[in-house]
Amino acid sequence: MRLLGLSRKDTRFLLIVIFLTMATPILLQPFPEGSGLATFNAGYPDLMQRFAIFGIFAIGFNILFGLTGYLSFGHAAFLGVGSYTVVWMYKLLDYNVVYGLPLAVAVSAVFAVVIGYVSLRRSGIYFSILTLAFAQMSYNLAYSVLTPLTNGETGLQVYGNDPQVLLGATEANSPHFFGWVMNDNFWEPVIGGWKFTFNNGYYFTAIIAIIAFYVSLRIFRSPFGLMLRAIKTNQTRLNYTGINTRPYTLAAFVISGMYAGLAGGLMAAMDPLAGAERMQWTASGEVVLMTILGGAGTLMGPILGAGFIKYFENIFSKINDSVLHGWFGFLPDGLEDFLIGVSHFFVGKSWHLTLGLLFMLVVVFLPGGLVEGGQRIAAMFRKKSGGKDDAAHQPKPAPHVAE
Amino acid sequence: MDAIILQILNGLDKGSAYALIALGLTLIFGTLGVVNFAHGALFMIGAFVAVSLQRLFGMSFEQIDETKTDFLGNPLKVNVPYVDSWFGPDVGEWLIDWSVPLAILVAIPVMLLVGFVMERGLIKHFYKRPHADQILVTFGLAIVLQELIKYFFGANPIQTGAPDAFTGSFDFGRLIGFDPNVIIYPYWRLVYFAFAAVVIGAVFSFLRFTTFGMVVRAGMADRETVELLGINIDRRFTIMFGIAAAVAGIAGVMYTPILAPNYHMGMDFLVLSFVVVVVGGMGSLPGAVAAGFLLGILQSFASMNEIKAIVPGIDQVIIYLVAIIILLTRPRGLLGRAGVMED
Repeated sequence: MRLLGLSRKDTRFLLIVIFLTMATPILLQPFPEGSGLATFNAGYPDLMQRFAIFGIFAIGFNILFGLTGYLSFGHAAFLGVGSYTVVWMYKLLDYNVVYGLPLAVAVSAVFAVVIGYVSLRRSGIYFSILTLAFAQMSYNLAYSVLTPLTNGETGLQVYGNDPQVLLGATEANSPHFFGWVMNDNFWEPVIGGWKFTFNNGYYFTAIIAIIAFYVSLRIFRSPFGLMLRAIKTNQTRLNYTGINTRPYTLAAFVISGMYAGLAGGLMAAMDPLAGAERMQWTASGEVVLMTILGGAGTLMGPILGAGFIKYFENIFSKINDSVLHGWFGFLPDGLEDFLIGVSHFFVGKSWHLTLGLLFMLVVVFLPGGLVEGGQRIAAMFRKKSGGKDDAAHQPKPAPHVAE
Repeated sequence: MDAIILQILNGLDKGSAYALIALGLTLIFGTLGVVNFAHGALFMIGAFVAVSLQRLFGMSFEQIDETKTDFLGNPLKVNVPYVDSWFGPDVGEWLIDWSVPLAILVAIPVMLLVGFVMERGLIKHFYKRPHADQILVTFGLAIVLQELIKYFFGANPIQTGAPDAFTGSFDFGRLIGFDPNVIIYPYWRLVYFAFAAVVIGAVFSFLRFTTFGMVVRAGMADRETVELLGINIDRRFTIMFGIAAAVAGIAGVMYTPILAPNYHMGMDFLVLSFVVVVVGGMGSLPGAVAAGFLLGILQSFASMNEIKAIVPGIDQVIIYLVAIIILLTRPRGLLGRAGVMED
């Protein structure tokens, strides 16, 4: 079966992704309410929305970093720009996200053109530092001089005396899409011990995420995508053949900036707030972590990475002493205390330590990320069942990032 | 005129910190060819060595003081630091008071060790990998170090005072013939600048005037030839990494009275120090030092009210603006050699 100009394999791939996204509220709720393992459930709206939003962010980042190898350390700037735009539209017009989101994409595209035009004159580490410098500049400005636009440290939010010229009398007082209120759940069935939540906001972001994924799929398979890959593999050679690579890299930069702006806008659509801390360089670092962890340059990688990080961030931060005592309670006292003491380093507020360690391990041992890990395990099984995958006859794996 | 001198002085202490961190970054890049995003974390660890030492000296036990009584007439319990009871109150008080400068003595071996472990354990495997991989893995390491410090010391800044002799300010203006009370400058900042100058001088003379330094410089210029001569350049580079870590560490130790250390100070300084390195020229030691002071002073000029009135917000972005302009017009940096990282 072929759909929407995709090959048979890609159609199947897209359908699987659509199924997984649509069924997320069920799939992420495998343990009954109140059971000991309910901590590991992730099927509640706030978290699922974050999966989708950061998935979009990482998919977009992957178009730049995964395909061209340009490592941007300033993508969070677009995230912030997107959020601010959407909240401003709430303030000026009304809570319908339909005005804000396209504008967020457009505004971040303008920013991306400017920043990309300047930054892309350099490559390698200089490019990283230029993007970092731009992002830090936006962050510092948002905190200081631009306070009339960004509301400084408080963060931008909607106040009662804002114009909101389009606000109708019966209109919802929180973000919505033509009356489809983001915070509402349209169905909350309880089946047996299981409780599922089907949330408007999640499905809204999920549908946008699927479209975003489809667009990235098309970019990956297009001649344009091939060109971007060529830039990663050997830019000098392209230059020798008389091809000017700058327009291609700029296009990739702008596209990924637009994805980031969209993700930022959606963040404000779920929660009508925008703060400067979204633009800080640690936030840019986070999307780099997601993309690398999942597997840069692969289609599924960034989504996996985003889901993985957000899931474990949520779960690990929830684990506290009483949960740990519950787990290790069957052990002798001394051992129990020791194990809990050790676990303290990795859970709760120290979750970032786990993330940092994990990330280092991935960069050192598994440069292809989780996707490569999965492929290796799959290859191991195939070998056991008598496959004939001879390493010498396989194409060499492409280098992880371009020089 | 006095305002200009004051701004230059104000820029010196921040400039010193930038210069010291950038010096270490450049040493590592010049010798090992590694971009170390964890260098800010080393600066932070140094600061927390000072915090730990002050806490260690301050550890006390309860003792009943027979000479004093509380309001009920019972003998008063007072906290006596261990150092007081071991070395006598005079030496004890002195130790507590001077814990920040004394922490340098502790920080040097600690940071050398941290540097060696880091280089042998992790960085070694990344010599041949692309710069982006090096950035990523050291970024991960920086997160880990930062979270460890946060785990043990909490998230809030910890005030760590300078010795009493150096608290307060002095009238610098009178020294050079201005009216009194025009140019007031805290003692400790001057100490920090002098200290930075000594450290920078020491590193430069070490590289310039010792045989070890000569070999290292030769290795930076042409590693293969040096290896062909039968010299184990790897070991020397590892030692240089340790030295760079120690420089960052003691820079952090001495900075604690200026800025109360918190767990993310390393990251804050790292970004700026990287910008400094780029402005000075990747791999150029004099460039790193010069750019450090230059940007520190520029930043303090940009935060003058007169200038902020003309260009609002300039103090927040001046460093980045300079970096962008330098990168676009002279990518090798102010003092960088032609052909080094000039893509």
